[in-house]
Amino acid sequence: MNPPGNAPGWPGSRRLLISIMKKLLWVAPFILFFAALWARTALAQAPTPSDDDVNRIARQLFCPVCENTPLDVCPTQACAQWRALIREKLAAGWTDDQIKQYFVDQYGARVLSEPPRTGLNWLVYLVPPLLFVVGVVILVRTLRPSKGSKGGQGVEEIPAPVGGTPAQPAAGMEDYVTRLEEELKKRN
Amino acid sequence: MTQPAPISAPEPAPAKKRSVPLWAQVLVWVGLIALLAVVAVGLRRSQQGTVQVDDKAPDFNLTTFSGYEYNGASQVKLADLKGKIVVVNFWASWCKPCEQEAADLQKAWLAYQPEGDVVLLGVDYVDTEPEARGYLEKFGITYPNGADLGTRISQAFRIKGVPETYFVDRNGVIQYIQVGPFQSVDEIQSVVDSIKAKK
Repeated sequence: MNPPGNAPGWPGSRRLLISIMKKLLWVAPFILFFAALWARTALAQAPTPSDDDVNRIARQLFCPVCENTPLDVCPTQACAQWRALIREKLAAGWTDDQIKQYFVDQYGARVLSEPPRTGLNWLVYLVPPLLFVVGVVILVRTLRPSKGSKGGQGVEEIPAPVGGTPAQPAAGMEDYVTRLEEELKKRN
Repeated sequence: MTQPAPISAPEPAPAKKRSVPLWAQVLVWVGLIALLAVVAVGLRRSQQGTVQVDDKAPDFNLTTFSGYEYNGASQVKLADLKGKIVVVNFWASWCKPCEQEAADLQKAWLAYQPEGDVVLLGVDYVDTEPEARGYLEKFGITYPNGADLGTRISQAFRIKGVPETYFVDRNGVIQYIQVGPFQSVDEIQSVVDSIKAKK
């Protein structure tokens, strides 16, 4: 029985195998070097902005051409182009504020649905609530009952009528009735 | 029967006069007048209309698209073009009537460019650059063109829409305004030639 490696034909094939491996050892570094040159970092693919993402921003903008039409509902071709522009900027990683600022730089502050809080624009935010408060104050002061209308000082005690009917006050009560009428007139 | 003793009712307390303090009244009136002034200025501005013939053309600074510079400069200031006849054309890629005159404007530019004393400037109104470039390439336009950033130029001229074209003479005074598209290159050239003929 022949020992291993000593089988007939075995020495030839073993030498061939060793020869191939030696050649591979020489070539391997070059293969690894070129493989390293081709290697690239694998990145997760950025998701395409959805219509909701685009409309979230478009809702805060007005069509630069059509008056008072929010960009998310504007049907024109130009508005479709601007929405596509928003999608492109979102895909590039721009934030909502950056995109809005871009539109302001391109088309002016009037494209914003909410006026920027600068300069005379502050009037838009301050005047309506101020007018509301003034109106409430005027209303309260007008409707508040005057002092003393529910009794207390200044109310005269009317003595019980003596004789005579209510329609015909006694002679002695006339000046009291007159003063009572005057007082009622004042309060009305 | 005894008469009740006359009751002398106490004198009614004098009613306290409740009035708004003077400072508050002044403040309210001043505020109202200021608000009315702001509204009046805004209304006046909105009713002003576009700039008229014989008005001084509003100065502006146009940032041109890359490849559409004027004499190599990407910033074109109207004030720097004094001494030349300037044709300012407002357009947009989404504007169908603008397409009617695009080719004629380019022909006019080619006719006047060698002389050098007539400058044609295209102002792209509320547009996106890719579409604007597509429009310029479609019509083979080569004269200086740029975007109306922040709509400052169109607001200065108070345009009502596009296309609108303003012809400015050598002294910076508007001589002719075209609202809507030109029908032919002859129309453009006749206006320019009439301005050239004036001293």
